[in-house]
Amino acid sequence: MLNKYPLWKYLLILLVLALGLLYAFPNLYPDDPALQLSTQKSTATVDERALEKARTALSQANIDLKEAELTSAGGTLRFNSGEDQLAAKPVVAAALGEDYVTALNLVPTTPEWLSSLGAGPAKLGLDLRGGVHFLLEVDTPAALKQRLEVTSSEMKAALRSDRIRYRSVDIAEGILSIRFLQQSDLDLAENLLTDEFSEYRFATRQVDTDYFLDVSFTEASKAEIESYALQQNLTTLRNRVNELGVAEPLVQRQGSNRIVVELPGVQDTAAAKRIIGATANLEFHLEAGLDTTGSDLETLTFRDGSGRSAQLERDIIITGDSVSDASSSFDENGRPQVNISLDAKGGKQMSKVTRAAVGRNMAVVFIEHKSRSRFVEQEDGSLEEVRRSYSEKGIISLATIQTTLGNSFRITGLDSPRESSELALLLRAGALAAPIYFVEERTIGPSLGAENIKLGVGSAQIGLLVVMLFMLVYYKVFGIFANVSLALNIILLMAFMSLLSATLTLPGIAGIVLTMGMAVDANVLIFSRIKEELANGTPSQQAIHSGFNRAFTTIFDANITTLLVAVILFAVGTGPVKGFAVTLSLGILTSMFTAIVVTRAQVNLVYGGRKNKKLYI
Amino acid sequence: MKVTQIPFMAMRKIVAVFSLTLILISIGSLATKGLQFGLDFTGGTLVEVNYQEAPKLDDIRGLLAENGYDDVVVQNFGSPTDVVVRMANAFTPTLGDEVLSTLQSNGEISVSLQRSEFVGAQVGEELREQGGLGMLLALAIVMIYVAVRFQFKFSVASVAALAHDVIITLGFFSLFDVEFDLTVLAALLAVVGYSLNDTIVVCDRIRENFRIMRDTTPYDLVNESINQTLGRTLITSLTTLFVLIVLFVAGGEAIHNFSMALLVGIVIGTYSSIFVAANLLLALDVKREDLIPPPKEELEDDLP
Repeated sequence: MLNKYPLWKYLLILLVLALGLLYAFPNLYPDDPALQLSTQKSTATVDERALEKARTALSQANIDLKEAELTSAGGTLRFNSGEDQLAAKPVVAAALGEDYVTALNLVPTTPEWLSSLGAGPAKLGLDLRGGVHFLLEVDTPAALKQRLEVTSSEMKAALRSDRIRYRSVDIAEGILSIRFLQQSDLDLAENLLTDEFSEYRFATRQVDTDYFLDVSFTEASKAEIESYALQQNLTTLRNRVNELGVAEPLVQRQGSNRIVVELPGVQDTAAAKRIIGATANLEFHLEAGLDTTGSDLETLTFRDGSGRSAQLERDIIITGDSVSDASSSFDENGRPQVNISLDAKGGKQMSKVTRAAVGRNMAVVFIEHKSRSRFVEQEDGSLEEVRRSYSEKGIISLATIQTTLGNSFRITGLDSPRESSELALLLRAGALAAPIYFVEERTIGPSLGAENIKLGVGSAQIGLLVVMLFMLVYYKVFGIFANVSLALNIILLMAFMSLLSATLTLPGIAGIVLTMGMAVDANVLIFSRIKEELANGTPSQQAIHSGFNRAFTTIFDANITTLLVAVILFAVGTGPVKGFAVTLSLGILTSMFTAIVVTRAQVNLVYGGRKNKKLYI
Repeated sequence: MKVTQIPFMAMRKIVAVFSLTLILISIGSLATKGLQFGLDFTGGTLVEVNYQEAPKLDDIRGLLAENGYDDVVVQNFGSPTDVVVRMANAFTPTLGDEVLSTLQSNGEISVSLQRSEFVGAQVGEELREQGGLGMLLALAIVMIYVAVRFQFKFSVASVAALAHDVIITLGFFSLFDVEFDLTVLAALLAVVGYSLNDTIVVCDRIRENFRIMRDTTPYDLVNESINQTLGRTLITSLTTLFVLIVLFVAGGEAIHNFSMALLVGIVIGTYSSIFVAANLLLALDVKREDLIPPPKEELEDDLP
């Protein structure tokens, strides 16, 4: 019989809709403003005692706590309002002390039976909840240069230990040139180094009476170093972001040399940037002895601004990379200090060098890699950005080695407690393998985020109402069918967004609103076909049947082409554009289902199988 | 709705002249005035702040100039208490924070940060290239899809209609100095999708009619097809426009330009799917044989 769905089809539709409702449901529960407690230290854990401390401190400060609970990641303190949450942060941080990290967060209030089914609200983008977005570029040429510098000291040591005499070593434009006076020295050196440093390419040349061995990276090793630098920086940035105490941060690679960092809820961008972008590292050098020759010497000034300087050996004992733990405290005189523990390899190296150097001075050098960009006018008048990276080195302390140093020791000579605690943080989180710089930054205040939600949701509601009214007036009973489908379409769309944990952004909301306008299109196509058929004198059952059938190819072609565009939008777009593309493409898919299948089911249910009933269309 | 009998194709020449004029004006404006690219594409710094009470913009300009920020644009954003400060030639990422603290140093009225954005010049350039590339890619893929599903002439006509819509919408943004940022680009791509949707519906009807009406000339057939789909085209455009007008009026400053781009684009898109695509199909001399391959001549079966 025409226009009858078998029972299983109705049941299937009901099942899909029930699942849609279930998974869209958590979006109705608003998030709680909360503080997330965690700890990076092995000595401290977030337990009942820590929560109790926080509770007492909050009640003393007259701040209402909604709920405190222990979670797998630490502890969560829920509050009734955003103001309470903001006021509570410093109170809790002071009560728990330095060992704990407190972070602002929004936690879902999804009931347990829903979250046990994997349901949860859709994630909100930064433009809806506030926060910071950074795009960082890794300076890979600088990483290559650093590696070449390390290699040059290794090669010098190798040549020295084999007693091969060289005149000088220079690094220029990615090539390390070793100069020899004798052809025989060059040959010996080439044999020795090619064996030991297989990741490099070697070439020889002769200029006047001098012989040169040019060392450069092979393409493979260059790519490997670059990707290592990026990977290392990602790890370091993740550690640093964790130290900052941000709930649900995003640290992600983008393209070949960029890293995206998104910190929801963070408002103090200056502090965040200082920690994320810091390229500070430490190096330990011995002070130059009388026998140290010119090219192995380096003269550095002290960082305290006294203008003093000291001559240091160029060779590095260890760098901050060997630090396994660091914490800041104060010495007997109340000056800031950093306590350092070294890993096994670094400790061994440190004790080996210091054992032979008791009585000599050791310097702690603070290095910061910075970059400066200038705009240079090109021949055609356009401006070209030229970025030059450089490093600033300064001695923080120079002290006599009293005894062999082992795995742990302390350094003093820092300017302020802030500097010592930031240095400790950076040493803990690790140094960046290559300098990075900010190429993009967006900060959205929390009030703007809340306003964006309000406006977006508000216009979506009005839009929905207008479309529904129009459909009702124009298509009467069939308008009701279309409106039910439209409402279900939005529920399904929200369910998909939640299930895929896609991020909802402001353009994303606009995408949903636009989808509402377009989603009725399929029904409009079907209904106008039915009207046409009726106008041609076709009986009503036949008209419904062929209306749906003949509109199908049109709907299919029209939607697939739009879907293609949405997918391209997703592929090439970033940030807000991606958010729009996600809702648009999901909306096309769900609207095809609701407009064709769900509308048909309703029509069948009401009109199916009855003879030539008059259609209110 | 009764199927109308409007002689759309009788207006072909006038419509062609009208479209060409719009395109020429658009290209002219794009060539001479160009687009007013937003921060996303030019790079620079933008700080949006909210004042407790409406400030005088000149005071803010003065304050910024005193502190050595010369090349700045200060504007209200949406409401008199919201102020946006833009700096095109800003090269340091810390500038946004500095400007904020300068504004806050004013002291009398409390100032809070709504958002701050910094985009490096190189990133801006890349976004611009990516955007253009995305647009071309979208057109190319659509062209291939239509050529496969329909026929080459349909593919040329619908892509030309799309280019028509995009150029005129861009021309509108250029002519009226509306800022062109990432969200507008997204809107433009949505217009491509939407207008394509419309055009495909018309083309689909033309294809169907070529199969049914065997004795009609292409000219009458195209006209009939447009009339048959006219009701649907107008209703869908109307519902979408309703929603867009709501977004434009009530959606807030952040998606103001986005909804404007969609409004303009969809009006143009509706016009082009009625007039332009079909017009081009006729100009390309579309025939029944293009869609229905002529019956193959019987091969003489020589085998015994």
